Amino acid sequence: MAVFKGQFYIIMALSSELIQQKLTEKFGEQVSSFEEQYGILSFRADKEINLKVLGFLSQDEALGFIFLTDLCAVHYPDNKGEELAVVYHMHNIKENVRVRFKVFTDIQKPDVFTATGLFSTANWMERETYDFYGVNFVGHPNLKRIMNVDEMDYFPQRKEYPLEDQSRIDKDDEMFGRGGSSGFGNEKTLEGTIPAYRK
Amino acid sequence: MSETYQNINLPAGSIEKTTTTLNLGPTHPATHGVFQNIIELDGEKILAAESTVGYIHRAFEKIAERRTLYQITPLTDRLNYCSSPLNNMGWHLTCEKLLGVDIPKRVDYLRVIIMELARIADHLICNSIVGVDSGAYTGFLYVMQYRELIYEIYEEVCGARLTTNIGRIGGFERDFNNIAFEKIEKFLKEYPKILREFENLFTRNRIFMERTIGAGPISAERALNYGFTGPNLRAAGVDYDVRVVSPYSSYEEFDFDVPVGTTGDCYDRYLVRNNEMWQSLRIIEQAMQKIGNLKGKDATIYHAENPEYYLPPKQDVYTKIEELIWHFKIIMGEINMPVGELYHSIEAANGELGFYFISDGGRTPYRLHFRRPCFIYYQAYEELVKGGLLSDAIIVMSSLNLIAGEMDA
Repeated sequence: MAVFKGQFYIIMALSSELIQQKLTEKFGEQVSSFEEQYGILSFRADKEINLKVLGFLSQDEALGFIFLTDLCAVHYPDNKGEELAVVYHMHNIKENVRVRFKVFTDIQKPDVFTATGLFSTANWMERETYDFYGVNFVGHPNLKRIMNVDEMDYFPQRKEYPLEDQSRIDKDDEMFGRGGSSGFGNEKTLEGTIPAYRK
Repeated sequence: MSETYQNINLPAGSIEKTTTTLNLGPTHPATHGVFQNIIELDGEKILAAESTVGYIHRAFEKIAERRTLYQITPLTDRLNYCSSPLNNMGWHLTCEKLLGVDIPKRVDYLRVIIMELARIADHLICNSIVGVDSGAYTGFLYVMQYRELIYEIYEEVCGARLTTNIGRIGGFERDFNNIAFEKIEKFLKEYPKILREFENLFTRNRIFMERTIGAGPISAERALNYGFTGPNLRAAGVDYDVRVVSPYSSYEEFDFDVPVGTTGDCYDRYLVRNNEMWQSLRIIEQAMQKIGNLKGKDATIYHAENPEYYLPPKQDVYTKIEELIWHFKIIMGEINMPVGELYHSIEAANGELGFYFISDGGRTPYRLHFRRPCFIYYQAYEELVKGGLLSDAIIVMSSLNLIAGEMDA
């Protein structure tokens, strides 16, 4: 055990059941899909109440999730009408309990309220999320690209921008063992022998 | 006033302007990395600062969506390249959590040794760079040869020095040889003397104290709100350490202190980092002792039993069909992962390094997000330097330990 000088933690039981109970009491139907995976309770909330949930988790005395660990987005292209998910990781650093929740939004109108008013740390995290997924954080003080160039007109981490297929053969890359005038990968010599899934 | 300037050809509006805009970076020697600060100055006083990052963005999160677990390890090397082993181990621990691998005690201790060595190397660089930026180059030059000892240990264990790609899912690719243990012993013996000398050079040095005390302070409350973790948060007075609150790799068995500061200024950050180096030495000593105490089969084991993700011995690959098949499956990444969604974090040298990993049961992650401590606390830079002097801005930057690789992913 590590030694703490002059500080003692009071260990209270902040169980997943208690968190779930408090949240459902407060928000009712608007929070759902509670499940615990790998030690973290996760749930989904309606996107209209994301700030209320953040505020409740951080300001309620029994919950005390004062630390916003992480904020990012995930793209689920098959989830029609709810393609983009913004994921919040909250941490109660006193009792070491983490909780994760997602809000889903339509990719056509990806508006989600900004958390910058509650957490200063959300500022750049939201800018990064906007940069890569195009989530429009309503009320953000400075919502512009952070990693990519300002002129970029698409959001590169969405799934419709696939990475290069390792088995593509249309490139003349002889020095790296792909394509070229002879050998493996040449379209002419391999025509008809390539399995359909690699074309 | 205007009569003074009437013979000089200045652009219109120049004389009315009372503030100066200064571009610090992206390739300024004082920024120690590729990022830019646009600073608005009134004389030498900072009125506003705006940071631009992303100059070396390499799209790791996107690339990772098409890579197998082992192909992602080299990507993590290039996050915080001053302490690559920490990133590698954090990643492997995340994978092990997803796959549910049981790690033998000896592997935990070996990992702890490497992780603490990496922490020392990282803190050493940061603290000596603070010295450089306050005008004392000697310390930096002097401690470099002791970082070299750490790099030699890495080299003995994995063959690489800077971007290490160290370890495998479940343990290490090979056991530490005797030379590696000898080198660790040598380091443990020689380093305390050097660290003491380094402290003599800086800790009570009048010039160093004048330069760092009160430069870039932050309160505990603001630090938490800004998502600070690691030494920077502890310097502000919050004793949050991932090794203590959610121990991984058997950290709960080790006896060490968590140093905390009070004001969160550059001097406190320096002291916290220095103190952590002493604690790391204590941890390494204990780990060496624990390894020495292991008996029988436990004393030689260096990886867990997870044939799906741990390469079989090479001689078996050449002679046995089963091993050959596994070798290819692992190298080509033809193994489907379990479905799951997890977040795992470790105490990296800069703070909480987190991996948010979504697996949809395929061969590559569906989504992988790195929580990079540097990126998160750099946004506090403006608040830290506002109202200070230009020279403080430089020293705050180096004492936050900003690593461009980690910031830009």
